[in-house]
Amino acid sequence: MSSLIDYRTCPTTGLKVDRAAEKLIKANAVAAIVFLAIGGLFGLLVALTRWPAVHFLPADMFYLALTAHGLDVLLVWIIFFEMALLYFASAILLNSRLAGPKWAWTGFGLMLVGALITNVAVLQGKSSVMFTSYVPMMAEPPFYVGIILFAVGALIGCCVFFGTLVLAKREKTYEGSIPLVTFGALTAAIIAVFTLASGAIILIPTLLWSLGLVSHIDPLVYKTIWWAMGHSSQQINVSAHVAVWYAIAAMVFGAKPLSEKISRMAFLMYILFLQLASAHHLLVEPGMSSEWKIFNTSYAMYLAVLGSMIHGMSVPGAIEVAQRSRGLTKGMFEWLRKAPWGNPAFAGMFMSLVFFGFLGGISGVVMGTEQINLIMHNTLYVPGHFHATVVAGTTLAFMAITYILVPLIFRRELMMKKLAMWQPYVFGIGVAGISVFMMGAGTLGVSRRHWDMTFADAILPFDYPSAAFLMMGLNGIFAVMAAVGGLMYVVIVVGSVFFGKKLTDDEKPSYPEVPPESAAVSHYGSSESLKIPGTAFLVGIFFTAFVLYYFVNWKYLSEIWPLS
Amino acid sequence: MNENNIPDDAASSDSSDPEQIPLMQRILDNPFLLLVLGIAVPAVFYIIWGIIEITQIPIAD
Amino acid sequence: MAMTPPSERIWWRQPIARIELIWIIIAFTWGLIMFFMMIYWHGAGAQNLSNEAYQIKPQVFAKHAQDMIDEYQVREESGFPVVHPPPGSDVYLIARLWQWWPILEFEKDQSYRLHLSSMDWQHGFSLQPVNINVQVHPGYDMVVTVKPDRAGEFGVVCNEFCGIGHHMMVGKIYVVE
Repeated sequence: MSSLIDYRTCPTTGLKVDRAAEKLIKANAVAAIVFLAIGGLFGLLVALTRWPAVHFLPADMFYLALTAHGLDVLLVWIIFFEMALLYFASAILLNSRLAGPKWAWTGFGLMLVGALITNVAVLQGKSSVMFTSYVPMMAEPPFYVGIILFAVGALIGCCVFFGTLVLAKREKTYEGSIPLVTFGALTAAIIAVFTLASGAIILIPTLLWSLGLVSHIDPLVYKTIWWAMGHSSQQINVSAHVAVWYAIAAMVFGAKPLSEKISRMAFLMYILFLQLASAHHLLVEPGMSSEWKIFNTSYAMYLAVLGSMIHGMSVPGAIEVAQRSRGLTKGMFEWLRKAPWGNPAFAGMFMSLVFFGFLGGISGVVMGTEQINLIMHNTLYVPGHFHATVVAGTTLAFMAITYILVPLIFRRELMMKKLAMWQPYVFGIGVAGISVFMMGAGTLGVSRRHWDMTFADAILPFDYPSAAFLMMGLNGIFAVMAAVGGLMYVVIVVGSVFFGKKLTDDEKPSYPEVPPESAAVSHYGSSESLKIPGTAFLVGIFFTAFVLYYFVNWKYLSEIWPLS
Repeated sequence: MNENNIPDDAASSDSSDPEQIPLMQRILDNPFLLLVLGIAVPAVFYIIWGIIEITQIPIAD
Repeated sequence: MAMTPPSERIWWRQPIARIELIWIIIAFTWGLIMFFMMIYWHGAGAQNLSNEAYQIKPQVFAKHAQDMIDEYQVREESGFPVVHPPPGSDVYLIARLWQWWPILEFEKDQSYRLHLSSMDWQHGFSLQPVNINVQVHPGYDMVVTVKPDRAGEFGVVCNEFCGIGHHMMVGKIYVVE
């Protein structure tokens, strides 16, 4: 059977590459980037409208753009890219053929058709219901049809991934356990199955309701199950981008995880508990008990946060060990100072790690605290938080790994290398600014999903503090910067994929540089003598920031009206 | 490949293994067990428990 | 490498570096502190939701509100009735496209059982500049006991998207000495 499969051997890694898997990776990655470009454009329109001095779109177009922005980037871009990663982490990393490429193409087709149907429905203007489409606000039936098709397609992709794991094991294409990166992809795939199944469970009755076949959907039940999709889909991202961090650390430095056991246990914490955080969206809802809220919002006593904090030490620690073994041992930070900051794969990955931890991680835990949520729910703090996790975290990490995948998978030399060098900084800093200023505006009470913060048309007047207007202006400026960074990425990648110098099957790409296998660190850093003082220092700063910010927000909470 | 949790693999596992693979490693090497756990935990604690709470909200007089 | 299978067949028995172990213990302990902080605040903190809620038909809720308005209205402002209910009483605030109805007037340092429900879509009760935010659902009556601790004029912004007039949905609460 396997003799019929068309393989090539990768000249850089020595891996056997199933050409059917390779084609699917390319198709999914291209679709992902197209929807990133579309969704990003809508995002820019949203930010320009929320910039008080610009106030670009009229109200109806603003809500249309916001709905399209949420769908195209939060769901379509990342899940297409994750399909590419799942096929890469299974077939390619396991040296295997892909199970059922025809099924994978069927899934791809369903996802593409679904994404197009929903986009058209939104653009027609009668489905501006936001990404969340909370009932009883109703969209046109095609809006739901598209998302359901997309979810079913992605579910098929997950099945292909699981099938490939079975196949590779049966055909003994690898020895021992699956690689850590594949294990991270497995975590993402497991969360994806739960996510997509929840989405189908709630959106199918909602579709029937919009067709008039079902009379009533309970808004609380809808919200509970919808967020099992809406929030968990972002947990797929977390698992996938952590896997990408490990992959980039391995490809750029030959770094090994500090401990296989600990890193895998951290992923297990994700598998078991990360999805409980869907409750973050139901902390100020009527009728849910505090027991339910506290258990779920804390990911069962913060065990999934423990997982993230472990990765937060393990990834930079592995890089530090690899760098020190190459002689960069001076002081605490020579290993970091002399890291390849001009390599967009590394720069993007490291910024993703820092922004995800400091901005996204801390704000997420604080906002997800049962009582503190009262001062943040539905304010701009929420999008501020998730732009740090999903954009500065996930999207930046995905962009970073693209710079490695273009030469390895698309077999093209990267073009515009100077531009590529700057891209992660422009995008990363732009998004970090978006996050910080939206969180700032949210702290001042500014509502999310709101067309006019001056309330000019309201009968009863109300004014936000002037600092909030400043925040939204700065948010607009940084959004333009992020949009420029996003455009740079699309231009570089699309340019390289279509016009880059073709590489023959046994030609190594010249850029970005991937260390030869011999440079890899040969031992696990698991002995007593492991030295990672720089990482320990960075983790210490992180922990201090976390604790301080956490209690500052309890202080803010204690100053509002007493509630019981 | 020395996975003992999947029956059809047990036969092919190397009988001259010096050491049994520890239980926790075998669990982590079993994607379908992890899949079941990863669906069951949030389904029970988040969805089912949550829906039960919603259905128990009393009706106003 | 993280991209290749672990080099040791049995990686579970690899020892853990001390620094990593210390970090795990710190992170785990911090998780417990944050977990118990929420429980602690239910006893010691002054800002908690009671989670008291009822299923209610919109027209029933509207009737409660109208009864309250009829009994305690003190004046009118821009077409909105201003209601000054007695301290400790049940107070009803209707959320509907695109109004918070009526305007409420509370006395400082007195408690009120504030009932929130929607007549149509979901809305978000966002009291500003205090910054208290809770979700308002149709078909559910959520009861929050509030005790305003400063006098003044407060805005009630809708912070859940509720259609094209969302940005016009502003209400008002007065707190008097």
